[in-house]
Amino acid sequence: MAQSEQEILAGLAEIVNEETGLDPETVQSDKAFTDDLDIDSLSMMTIVVNAEEKFGVRIPDDEVKNLRTVGDAVSFIQSNQS
Amino acid sequence: MAGLITPAAGAAHTRISGVGAYRPRRVVPNSEIVDAIDSSDEWIQERSGIKTRYRAEDGESVVEMSEAASRDAIEMAGLQPSDIDAVIVATVTHPYQTPAAAPDLAHRLGLSNPAAFDISAACAGYCHGISLASDMVRGGSARHVLVVGVERLSDFTSPTDRGTAFIFGDGAGAAIVSPSDTPGIGPTVWGSEGDKWDVIAQNDSWVEVRDGDLGWPTIGMQGQSVFRWAVWGMAPVAQKALDAAGITADQLDAFIPHQANVRIIDAMCKQLKMPEHVVVARDIVETANTSAASIPLATERLLREGLVPRGGLALQIGFGAGLVYAAQVVVLP
Repeated sequence: MAQSEQEILAGLAEIVNEETGLDPETVQSDKAFTDDLDIDSLSMMTIVVNAEEKFGVRIPDDEVKNLRTVGDAVSFIQSNQS
Repeated sequence: MAGLITPAAGAAHTRISGVGAYRPRRVVPNSEIVDAIDSSDEWIQERSGIKTRYRAEDGESVVEMSEAASRDAIEMAGLQPSDIDAVIVATVTHPYQTPAAAPDLAHRLGLSNPAAFDISAACAGYCHGISLASDMVRGGSARHVLVVGVERLSDFTSPTDRGTAFIFGDGAGAAIVSPSDTPGIGPTVWGSEGDKWDVIAQNDSWVEVRDGDLGWPTIGMQGQSVFRWAVWGMAPVAQKALDAAGITADQLDAFIPHQANVRIIDAMCKQLKMPEHVVVARDIVETANTSAASIPLATERLLREGLVPRGGLALQIGFGAGLVYAAQVVVLP
């Protein structure tokens, strides 16, 4: 069953926190992974793989560059959850 | 009546009887790299763990570096050059389409006309070579095999490519595979994923270079894709190599993955739940990513610095352009 935006955002914040130590509260939809949260490309990949597992979605390598903000990732996950 | 072919008779088991290393004279710190890629020492270390790399100069060709590493390996094995009856050179940077580096190397070492050939398996080349050599000794087609992993990646690295300029280094590592009374080289788990052929690749073919206005070819890499594949794709391969050898991670003395990137090494250890006591090779910090040479260079350092015992168990895994991979458990010489 698809999860709500809020549930996905909270789950994603946990994953980001585990990888980077960032306070989950700072992981908001309008934040850019690179520019605002200072997450580099390799940490981003770790977050992507963990998100795939947590949310049961497949995020292809080519798609990762389109996930500029946390909100982009939440939308992608929500629209691709079965 | 047709004659019966006499089959080759090989050794029951094999082991690595010696290793050797050659690091070029010139050490290049990050400070010499950063201007061309608008970067900083801190940025490079954060993304790769690399502080320095070695860059080959005159007198440090692929074959010359191989010769130095090979002499050390033969000496450590307690052999004479004439004992070596096969030479396998793993490299992707020998600058001749043909002939191979191995026959020239064999001649320079004064070997007695051994079988000598190169293999192209990029950063997995050394582990491929160890597998071939072990099978050759067990199959009876050779008795002592010299396996060399060697690269002069600086010849094929763009100084302005932010994805690779700081990653690659030069060097040579060598090992001797010999008969053994007990198993010293476990089964190899290997394979390829050719659908990812372009993820790490020379950017243009030689023919395109000849016919176009493209300049000298260099090696490019899609870093994020490689990172995902290396960590989440290769940790299970490493586990399979342990399982195939009947060894648990608890029993290892060392984990010697291809020195691709410290972040990959750390993430692999996490995926494999590598026990704290296992020494993890991090030669990359000083030597950077030397492709086929990285595992024997890292092995030589661990032994030289006394960080792992001779006779200890090591899990080694190579993975790289192709994409290809190979892993096996070995007893350290």
